[in-house]
Amino acid sequence: MTTNAHQAMWEQLNLDIPAHDGLLAVLGKFYGDIYLSQSGRLKGMEYLDFVLSEVHGLRIKELQDAKASGRKIVGTFCVFVPEELTLAADAVHVGLCSGAEAGFAEAEQLVPRNTCALIKSFIGFKLARLCPFTESCDLVIGETTCDGKKKAYEAFAEHVPLEVLEVPQRKTAADRLLWKSEVLRYKQLLEELTGNQITAEKLQAAIQTVNAKRRALQRLNALRQADPAPISGRDALLINQVAFYDDPIRFTASINALCDQIGERVGKKEGVAPAGTPRLLLSGCPMAVPNWKLPYIVESSGAVIVGEESCIGSRNTRDLVSEEAATLDEMIDALVDRYLKIDCACFTPNQERQDNVRAMVKDLQADGVIHYSLLFCQPYEYEAIKIEKTLSQDGTPMLSIATDYSMEDVEQLKTRVEAFVEMIK
Amino acid sequence: MPLVGGLDVGSRSIELVLHDGDRVVDQRKTATTFDPLRQARALLAGVRLDRLVATGYGRGLVENAGLCAAVETITEIKAYGLGAAALCPEARTVLDVGGQDTKAIALAAGGKILKFEMNDRCAAGTGKFLEHLATVFQIPLAEFGAYALEGKEQLTINSMCTVFAETEAVSLMARGRDPHDIALGLHASIVKRTTAMLARVGLASPVLFAGGVANNPCVVRLLAAALGTPLCIPEQPEMVGAHGAAVHGCRTGV
Ligand code: SF4
Ligand code: SF4
Repeated sequence: MTTNAHQAMWEQLNLDIPAHDGLLAVLGKFYGDIYLSQSGRLKGMEYLDFVLSEVHGLRIKELQDAKASGRKIVGTFCVFVPEELTLAADAVHVGLCSGAEAGFAEAEQLVPRNTCALIKSFIGFKLARLCPFTESCDLVIGETTCDGKKKAYEAFAEHVPLEVLEVPQRKTAADRLLWKSEVLRYKQLLEELTGNQITAEKLQAAIQTVNAKRRALQRLNALRQADPAPISGRDALLINQVAFYDDPIRFTASINALCDQIGERVGKKEGVAPAGTPRLLLSGCPMAVPNWKLPYIVESSGAVIVGEESCIGSRNTRDLVSEEAATLDEMIDALVDRYLKIDCACFTPNQERQDNVRAMVKDLQADGVIHYSLLFCQPYEYEAIKIEKTLSQDGTPMLSIATDYSMEDVEQLKTRVEAFVEMIK
Repeated sequence: MPLVGGLDVGSRSIELVLHDGDRVVDQRKTATTFDPLRQARALLAGVRLDRLVATGYGRGLVENAGLCAAVETITEIKAYGLGAAALCPEARTVLDVGGQDTKAIALAAGGKILKFEMNDRCAAGTGKFLEHLATVFQIPLAEFGAYALEGKEQLTINSMCTVFAETEAVSLMARGRDPHDIALGLHASIVKRTTAMLARVGLASPVLFAGGVANNPCVVRLLAAALGTPLCIPEQPEMVGAHGAAVHGCRTGV
């Protein structure tokens, strides 16, 4: 497809064309500096490069084609929205990314200034007409996780077709009942939106599709236990990011092929950095495309990232849905159970996350943890304090960083990260 | 004996320590200005170094500037840790209040860093804060601490932000409060901020106080009182980072 055809499509989606061109130019430059400049990259990453270069092009075209054939597009902001149900209704499930500082001035007319960058970004992208994914959505699903998102969705609902799922804040039997009723409501919403009945057969197939995707990502994570690290943290983050908007079946096949290559590399004891390079685990808030600031700083400071304990990372892939269920009811229960295992900082108490971070440090042989919270993100800033305490019991050093999407603190962050790397060397 | 230079390129000043492996042979200092590289060159004029270790905010600038055949960079955190260990081996905490940033470092024996904290993007509670407010008081910076020590009643300044603190100070003046008392309050607000940061790294004594602000007698007195422990203050507290860089250069060999 030519750029002209893309252009026509973007016009049809009512994007602000000059501003959108500007965004793509910045994205391309950023990607070149942070990704394409890496040496010793895996051949399989070409697929990811291609998908990212066509993120607003071919993938959007696919969405338009799907729409033309009668399929619906559902946009989400949180790993709590069960993708299995979306797929079982034959709709397309996309994560809306919100990782860039765009449209903030517009967004600040709807949300307070001291709102996290992720929220400001998804509102800004909509108000500034910059995101072809948002514009393609037939339905957007919000959730009652943090207060910022809850209140932001009230304002957002005036701009997109939106439904909010109620995610509980604790994990008692009563909370499970509430969550189950919400999962069932989501099923019904999808059936009304698409006109398709979600049957046991369809749901089972969808569960298998999403499990296969998560298994491929689990496999990738397991391969990263090797020293020397066979893949950069930046590339692994990109893979986790692309997982949210690419076609799941094609994506799974590509990641499995990539994992084969990584396996060979591990066998030959080859890596992206020499053995013994300080290994760091990133933990905290999700990093959405194109928020690659911190991983880039870390990997330019003599360390390598070996894991992402985050929603765009292990929080999305750790648990599978049981495939034992035979009836639709049992499958719904299996979904409810799997999703309630998510250890998001919005829950209280949230001991699971402490245990999971600890386990990841051990499995990945990480020398330290960089905890990342977005400024004004209360849940993760609170948990940063707890995690530091937990890790100190094991003698694992942690650096706590709170930042946003702007570049003004890059020099400061570099110094802190470099000092942390010097400290653990 | 090989000659090693430790160069600390800070946001306000640049310090150089020359070390021959046994002892410091010379120390020099200049302002950073808008052309730090030229200033660094001037500072190094006539010195034949075997090795240069750069630290501080502008270390990256120096790295590839050809100032010396062997150049290495380390962060200011590491440099202050090493400098503190060399100057006061028993120190377990380092506080550095420099021109535009503040850092607190927990140290193990030998200068190994256990934990550190740095102020975020803004210059609240740093040397810049004092410099700005001294101008408002029309008092030379070097005399501002002694001036504040003449205060009898320590007034409360609530804001840590330089601009808002100035507004508070001006309105206290307009209400006829004694300027010495106001100055004392401003110094106390810096101390409050730094003690909070020290607490976050665990505050083990003895504490070494480094950076230009350690030359201010009022901050020193208030800080010692707030921490309840005497402070170890090197003769030239602003040289600690450059000293540490030089120590690092001597250790890694030429
Ligand atoms: S951090 Fe929590 S609220 Fe955010 S995407 Fe993850 S699960 Fe959802
Ligand atoms: S980063 Fe934090 S504040 Fe922002 S949406 Fe996620 S949980 Fe909420």
